[in-house]
Amino acid sequence: MTDIFKGMKPTRRSFLRGAAAAGVGAAAGGGAARASGDPAFAELQPWMQELGDPVDAAPYGMPSEFEAHVQRKTVYWLTADPISSINFTPLHELDGIITPNGLCFERHHAGAAHVDPALHRLMINGLVDRELVFTMEDLLRFPRENHVYFLECAANSGMEWRGAQLNGCQFTHGMIHNVMYTGIPLRLLLAEAGVQTAGKWLLAEGADASGMTRSIPMEKALDDCLVAFKMNGEALRVEQGYPLRLVVPGWEGNMWVKWLRRLEVGDQPWHHREETSKYTDLLADGSARRFTWEMDAKSVITNPSPQAPLTHGPGPTVLTGLAWSGRGTIPRVDVTLDGGKNWHKARMSGPSLTKSLHRFYFEFDWNGQPLLLQSRAHDSTGYVQPTKDQLRAVRGTNSIYHNNGIQTWHVSKTGEAENVEIS
Amino acid sequence: MSRFPDAAAALLAAALIAPAAFADEPAQGRDGGFGLGREASPEEVALWDIDVRPDGKGLPEGSGSVEDGEEVWSYNCAHCHGDFAEGIDRWPVLAGGEGTLANDRPVKTIGSYWPYLSTVYDYVNRAMPFGYSQSLSPDDIYAITAYLLYSNYLVEDDFVLTHENFAEIEMPNAPNFFMDDRAETEVPQFSAEPCMSDCKDSVEITARAVVLDVTPEDGEAGGGID
Ligand code: HEC
Repeated sequence: MTDIFKGMKPTRRSFLRGAAAAGVGAAAGGGAARASGDPAFAELQPWMQELGDPVDAAPYGMPSEFEAHVQRKTVYWLTADPISSINFTPLHELDGIITPNGLCFERHHAGAAHVDPALHRLMINGLVDRELVFTMEDLLRFPRENHVYFLECAANSGMEWRGAQLNGCQFTHGMIHNVMYTGIPLRLLLAEAGVQTAGKWLLAEGADASGMTRSIPMEKALDDCLVAFKMNGEALRVEQGYPLRLVVPGWEGNMWVKWLRRLEVGDQPWHHREETSKYTDLLADGSARRFTWEMDAKSVITNPSPQAPLTHGPGPTVLTGLAWSGRGTIPRVDVTLDGGKNWHKARMSGPSLTKSLHRFYFEFDWNGQPLLLQSRAHDSTGYVQPTKDQLRAVRGTNSIYHNNGIQTWHVSKTGEAENVEIS
Repeated sequence: MSRFPDAAAALLAAALIAPAAFADEPAQGRDGGFGLGREASPEEVALWDIDVRPDGKGLPEGSGSVEDGEEVWSYNCAHCHGDFAEGIDRWPVLAGGEGTLANDRPVKTIGSYWPYLSTVYDYVNRAMPFGYSQSLSPDDIYAITAYLLYSNYLVEDDFVLTHENFAEIEMPNAPNFFMDDRAETEVPQFSAEPCMSDCKDSVEITARAVVLDVTPEDGEAGGGID
């Protein structure tokens, strides 16, 4: 064989030519003789016979072409333009707990900045003993840690306050991702600068054209925050803040400043635009909560869901979904098939890590009748995910942020799923 | 070599008895620090530290009038936010909306919602005009800030904003913000053991997404400014 193809690219055509020359062409169609109604058997498939891609075909590998529909998607009417905008993680196409880097939802306020790491600096200034500047090279010499954390935008499910609106968990719940970060504990960097006793707050600032800023209490900064440069083992993606981002576990995504360029220590919060005009929760009486940092426990059934209908008819089926809490782990998720008359404990599977997505399954035999599906997360503090009406009773419908209410999918007899609300 | 199989077996056994063994040993600091990085020069700090706080800390010296502000605004801002900051198309509305916060459709603007004037200075200075950040002088930003106060009926047309009178300006909605109180108002009532069986007699569908029909279809074209 190697003699025949020497110097040739093993494409389909060269193979056929080679095969014909060797007088074995007829044998290639031998599979057709196998009697079967299943197209997978009716013909010998090209991939069973011909050579696949060489190892240098894709130096950075991409998903199969049959998975091309698995994409982040945006909702164009949500924002004035696609630069200060958002797209959504296709949760219904994923399993396990880790979000692939290229599918992590994006939210930028001035587009995704392409920052040259050689020209990137992290400055620490303000109420510190030494105001410091670090290069990326300096940062790689600090001890680092690895942690899996979810990042959820505070506005995730924000379009659903007034009632069921978007048909698909990608759109209702897709402003979330869960990756393993490699980063430097923020406390080590702050110790390097020497935080003064009056230093109670930290301002994190990004290097993009929005100059994103958020005030973070020092207690949190010294607890579990990371200054991360890797996600899922590789460099941060451009749209996730390459080369450096802040990780603020369990707290709203806007605080996880991307393209992190500066940390200022101060004695009071800054009350910047993203903690006054935005990311404050307007209640029904016109007053507004500020500094609602923690993400409440939440869950969603990813399959079946409007973008992932039941196509197989009655019989065994796998219901699955995700649950998370900014306050800890998720020891338990309940699932109902009948709109909350009866609940069943779902089966948790995969690592149960604090402030990380958790995967649950509920396997059952579908009787072909309509279903009203809901999931309800319990977190390690004893908090139980509320219904949307319970939330509305406290907050009204204008708070945009922090909607962690229970989601309902109606599955019809034909298996289609729709976003609904129920009594 | 002879000990290797034993060691492997021991490791395997350990792995089996400790199923959720995720290594979590915190990275350690060092007394006196690692000596990494270098001192930031005062000039470098001044170049990057442009943030402004409600008490006025961070404001540069300068001033700007409503009149000057109207001009700077019309060149740099009006084509998105409107001549009177009323917002064109879908771009943010920055003026109006007083008294609407408890309405069914509240209009949150600088005048109706923002608690501090410093936020206007800080934000415009760091992030606007959209697509050409940090291109305006301190006097321009003071003037725009004065103009935005005027557009919100918070000052007269002869007003001049300076670093000296800045901290005196109070924003009308400041008292209506309060610290996150979910720990008291929500967590206790959302921490009860829930019902698991025969929880309700009947269930009705009360709202459906298809009625609104706003979910994007595959291949939908980009809307941009609509
Ligand atoms: C090209 C259109 C455009 C121009 C020109 C523009 N802006 Fe903006 N402005 C925006 C967008 C988009 C946002 C929202 C950005 C985001 O989502 O973070 C915004 C946000 C703002 C906000 C915050 C609004 C809020 O409710 O939080 C203020 C204040 C503002 N702009 C002031 C200005 C000023 C002052 C200028 C002129 C110096 C200006 N803008 C020029 C598009 C524009």
